[in-house]
Amino acid sequence: MDTPIIEIKNLFKVYGEGEATVNALAGADVTVQRGEFVAVMGPSGSGKSTLMNIIGCLDRPTSGAYLLDGRDVSRLDKNELAKVRSQKIGFVFQSFNLLARLSALDNVMLPMLYNLHEKTDAHEQRRRAVAALEAVGLGQRMGHYPNQLSGGQQQRVAIARALVNQPPLILADEPTGNLDSQSSLEILEIFHRLHNQGTTIVVVTHEPDVAIQAQRIICLRDGSVVSQGGEGISPCLESRERATAQAQEATE
Amino acid sequence: MNFAKIVRVAWDGLNLNKMRSFLTTLGVIIGVASVIIMLAVSAGAEAAIAEQINSLGANLLIVSPLRGVPGAARTLLLEDANAIAQQVVGISGVSAEQSPTAQTIKANGVTLEGIALVGTTADFPVVRDYALGEGRYFTADEDERKIKLVVLGAGLATDLFGEQSALGQSITIGTLRLTVIGVMAPKGQVADVDYDGRVYLPISLVLDKFMPSGPGGISMRRDAVRTIYIKVESQDKIDSVITQVTALLASRHDVDASQPDFTVQTQQDIIATQEAATAAFRDLLAWVAGVSLVVGGIGIMNIMLVSVTERTREIGLRMALGARPTDVLLQFLIEAIILSLAGGVVGVLAGVGGSYLFAQLGTMRTELVPASIPLAFGAAAAVGIFFGYYPATQAAKLDPIVALRRE
Repeated sequence: MDTPIIEIKNLFKVYGEGEATVNALAGADVTVQRGEFVAVMGPSGSGKSTLMNIIGCLDRPTSGAYLLDGRDVSRLDKNELAKVRSQKIGFVFQSFNLLARLSALDNVMLPMLYNLHEKTDAHEQRRRAVAALEAVGLGQRMGHYPNQLSGGQQQRVAIARALVNQPPLILADEPTGNLDSQSSLEILEIFHRLHNQGTTIVVVTHEPDVAIQAQRIICLRDGSVVSQGGEGISPCLESRERATAQAQEATE
Repeated sequence: MNFAKIVRVAWDGLNLNKMRSFLTTLGVIIGVASVIIMLAVSAGAEAAIAEQINSLGANLLIVSPLRGVPGAARTLLLEDANAIAQQVVGISGVSAEQSPTAQTIKANGVTLEGIALVGTTADFPVVRDYALGEGRYFTADEDERKIKLVVLGAGLATDLFGEQSALGQSITIGTLRLTVIGVMAPKGQVADVDYDGRVYLPISLVLDKFMPSGPGGISMRRDAVRTIYIKVESQDKIDSVITQVTALLASRHDVDASQPDFTVQTQQDIIATQEAATAAFRDLLAWVAGVSLVVGGIGIMNIMLVSVTERTREIGLRMALGARPTDVLLQFLIEAIILSLAGGVVGVLAGVGGSYLFAQLGTMRTELVPASIPLAFGAAAAVGIFFGYYPATQAAKLDPIVALRRE
């Protein structure tokens, strides 16, 4: 078997000092294989955001190992982490985070500005950005500015931006949190399509409707992983299942 | 990220808020322009002084009553000039000068008001290197006998007589009728003095007819002169002549030679004295200009800090997309440098233009100091780096997680 894309072992993240210490993560273990579509769930305070920040190389763990694409990145400094982000991770944020003064195409080209790993000329960069926009179905709107696009379209631009450096991992943080249900479905469709083409996708969400679209749900509680998902009902969905069952009982 | 791209990104950042960027550079523009103009004005003032002094003629000594000593202004007499001419060795001429108040001149049906009169001795053209255009200058004998003769400045002769020769014509100055015996060669305006617009008269005549008798009567000597110019034969005799003149005048004035009531100066002495006086003023102006540059720099720092705060989310996003802290630092530092350099370029243009305008308007003589341009420009760049560095480090220090969460 290939090396996993994400291999996290006994991860701790401690905030504060002395009496006031908080273990945001307390011995979390996470493994994601290449080509998987995984959701990360958990109530607020479960360490979901902290885990996402560490997976995204925006933050460093206090202890434990994190191998991203086979390389231990848990002890890298800020500049090295920036390099890892530019090469390995494509971010999709809840609030899109497009730059309003740039066109869709220029927004998509932004990550290539910081990618020193690959030497690409302006022509090649443009070609890649166009291809990424076409992949999310926005080939006709490349010159549009964010304020000329709907929320769903803006998030598609953001996904194209995440794809443009061809990273092995797409990390999405509540990607449908600011969207209506129709646009949410479109975004999830795109994720499915990318997944089918072999892209690894990790979605952090609190929305069960989004989470169930993934192959498995990693469920966090109090800083550790209570379920790696894949078999049976995820503990993170139990309350939802109960509510549905109760609702059914009530109607019967 | 390569340098050209960083510059591009920085430029885009500035274009976000064009008006604000422009207003921010205004401080630097004013600072740079004032450095250049201040230096040009003081250089112009110094050049004017040097030109004026040098126009007096070569190898010249200037004897003046000592300023600030009560009564000294009336102690330098025509007889002193005569004594110098007779007793001092190594000189080729002595000219005493006195200027009464401006007078009205009538001739040939033309009336000119406010014409400057200069009373001189016969040696004036030699001593002051000021040749005659036509006719002749009066002689020492004619001066002594107060013959009513006059020599006109070139421009004045044309004003009065046009194409016609002025020689032999008679003119009226005040109530006195005089005969024109010569016209000076054109010399033009040197510093503030319009040599061509003046009339030159025997000094004895001027002292007799145009100098007012003092209110006290006794204390006021009518034969006091303003200045005695001494033409030394050659450069190497200047020191000897100074010694002789000092000794002679001290004994005539009955004062100690070490504490005279007069000064004997070379042109270089006078230029140096004047420059020392303007140097303090120039330094003050330079400081004021420098301070306005610093104020401009603080303006840049202020606006860059605002910009970093406003664009925190953008910085967070760029970092998430792979921008290193160094990339962010450079982006904001370069924005600040572009602002200050743009201010520098506009400021240099404004400074050069301003200096030229001052000169054209005739209000002030200005002499552009070439070194002031790279100086001011370099200062602007330094201001950009110095005041842009702190805001840029603030941007680079941002934590992408926190920055992205900021609304």
